[in-house]
Amino acid sequence: MTEKELLFNSGVLTERCPGAELPPRELWEKKKNGLVVIECPQRIPCNPCASSCPTGAIRPFKDINDTPAIDYEKCIGCAKCVAQCPGLACFVVDLTYGEADEALVKLPFEMLPVPVEGTSVDCLNRVGEAVAKGKVLHVTEPLRDKTRVVHVVVPRDRVMDIRAVRVVK
Amino acid sequence: MRETEVLVIGGGPAGLSAAVEAASHGCDVTLVDSDLALGGQLVKQTHKFFGSEAEYAGTRGIKIAKILFEELEAAKDRVTVLSNTTANGFYPDDGVVALVKDEEEYIRLRPKKTIVATGAMERLLPFPNNDAPGVYGAGAIQTLMNVYGVFPGERVLMIGAGNIGLIVSYQLMQAGVEIAGIVEFMPKVGGYWVHAAKVRRLGVPIYLRHTITDAIVEKGVVAGAHIQRVDEKGRPTEEIRKIDCDTICMAVGLIPTAEILWQAGCKMTYVPELCGHVPQRNAFMQTTNPNFWVAGDASGIEEASAAMVEGRISGISIARALGRIQGEAFQERYLELWQRLSNLRAGEVGAKIRSGLEKCSNCGCDWGEEA
Amino acid sequence: MNLIKEHPILEFHHARKVTFSFDGRSLEGYEGEPIASALHANKIRIYRETPKTKRPRGFFCAIGKCSSCFMTVDGVPNVRICVTPLKAGMVVQSQKGNGSVPWSEPEAQKEGDGLA
Repeated sequence: MTEKELLFNSGVLTERCPGAELPPRELWEKKKNGLVVIECPQRIPCNPCASSCPTGAIRPFKDINDTPAIDYEKCIGCAKCVAQCPGLACFVVDLTYGEADEALVKLPFEMLPVPVEGTSVDCLNRVGEAVAKGKVLHVTEPLRDKTRVVHVVVPRDRVMDIRAVRVVK
Repeated sequence: MRETEVLVIGGGPAGLSAAVEAASHGCDVTLVDSDLALGGQLVKQTHKFFGSEAEYAGTRGIKIAKILFEELEAAKDRVTVLSNTTANGFYPDDGVVALVKDEEEYIRLRPKKTIVATGAMERLLPFPNNDAPGVYGAGAIQTLMNVYGVFPGERVLMIGAGNIGLIVSYQLMQAGVEIAGIVEFMPKVGGYWVHAAKVRRLGVPIYLRHTITDAIVEKGVVAGAHIQRVDEKGRPTEEIRKIDCDTICMAVGLIPTAEILWQAGCKMTYVPELCGHVPQRNAFMQTTNPNFWVAGDASGIEEASAAMVEGRISGISIARALGRIQGEAFQERYLELWQRLSNLRAGEVGAKIRSGLEKCSNCGCDWGEEA
Repeated sequence: MNLIKEHPILEFHHARKVTFSFDGRSLEGYEGEPIASALHANKIRIYRETPKTKRPRGFFCAIGKCSSCFMTVDGVPNVRICVTPLKAGMVVQSQKGNGSVPWSEPEAQKEGDGLA
């Protein structure tokens, strides 16, 4: 078993695969409000992302064990799945936001302290390393169930890495 | 001597579901639970459940417990709840179950039918100082911090990367406790990959192919641990690492709690995939003792979502055995429940469960009643 | 007490605060919660000493099954403190060895006939 396989086996995405695909670049570059990026590469019995999707962009599952498949044309970047997913595996990446070197990431958050709008936070990659500073644009609680969705402005060249934030102490 | 139509032993996800299902069809139910309050492990789960909407997917365990409590409250005319009550033994001669309530009161209860939903017990690994204060079971840690709001420690080493190890690590971080790392003997996490990703991105190391060699003890309590890398055949290597921690959390699996089933003479089979001795059962969750049903982890270690459906299946099947529901009404509900259970077990992660069930299920209705 | 004050998901509702004694010390805890929770909240982790090898033991299973947390409570030995609710004024003592049942005291004779 290679180091890369071991890394994936410990819960770190190492390459794109079914259930963890990226949107087509051309559509992504121009889609206002962003597109969903899901990182759910294992077939497990779970479907709330699809059943909560208001536009049907996350295609209804044939089998509850299906990994999510997405019709990106239909995705409106609403982040409902971000708040709903029990595995915290849904993110929205908006490449149209801000300046040319910026982008917006919407990610789930269930820790303390809760980020405050307008402040700077550490942006963490998939192994928890602080790889950039980000600015908190919004913090919402779409389902009123204490899972927050943090909208954070990040350096555009880091949108593929940043999957969590931490309040700077 | 008290009597009851249906005795449900265990008030966790399986027992609660069984009790409300049986009561909803008109059965009189006595629900006993050994803990101070009902809910079993459900009341400790701050994470959202998987599954489909019918299994409350996307809803936190604590909220699911509330939903079941509301159902129980609505059925209170039919359900007697005895908490802090342990079912200590079953006496086949007269069909009496001996209960001890509040450590004081001895109650003899004779049920017509019994559902055993006694859940499971924590496993422990053998290693030096595994008995030291500070080595705690994962369920115990959840009880301390999520039910009573007490810090189990300041820095915890998690042993085991199954769903419990991964989820409890995440819950510890929510409570503000540091995780020193998660140790897993196998070359991949045993729990859902997304649960691992959740803690990895918050900086928690997962040491695959590692094992704990000993707990370091100072002044009588845990002050650290040594972990050791194993090779691809599971043999120890020279690579040993010292971990600073004041608590070691054991999440290395569960064993079904089956004493009552043994006492009831149910035919028991050792099924490794289901983590211990489990009763033979038919498609109604009825055991080889025609008055005993089983549901949840007592029938084999599985997820709480499956336990809730199994509870419902045993509840409605008992209602049928008591003549409270029959024909199409039964068929429709029963088949819907069975379909839900099959869906939960359909995928790759359900393969182990399916293979285990083949060794202890008899769907040919050799005993019990026919559908 | 060492309690979780802030939590992103949970709110804790404790019952009445009471005092009890542990090996002669006066401690605070919440009525009705397990004795083990109260001791742990006071950062006490050693609850007994094993009979033969004199090893310290503490909390482990929290469901009253493992025997690790036996203590002497109000004179009664081998009480599973993880599932025994705390009451005001309880006298909780570390247990050495097997503990002994106070047969000579009249209180101990007050057992029921075992039938309800």
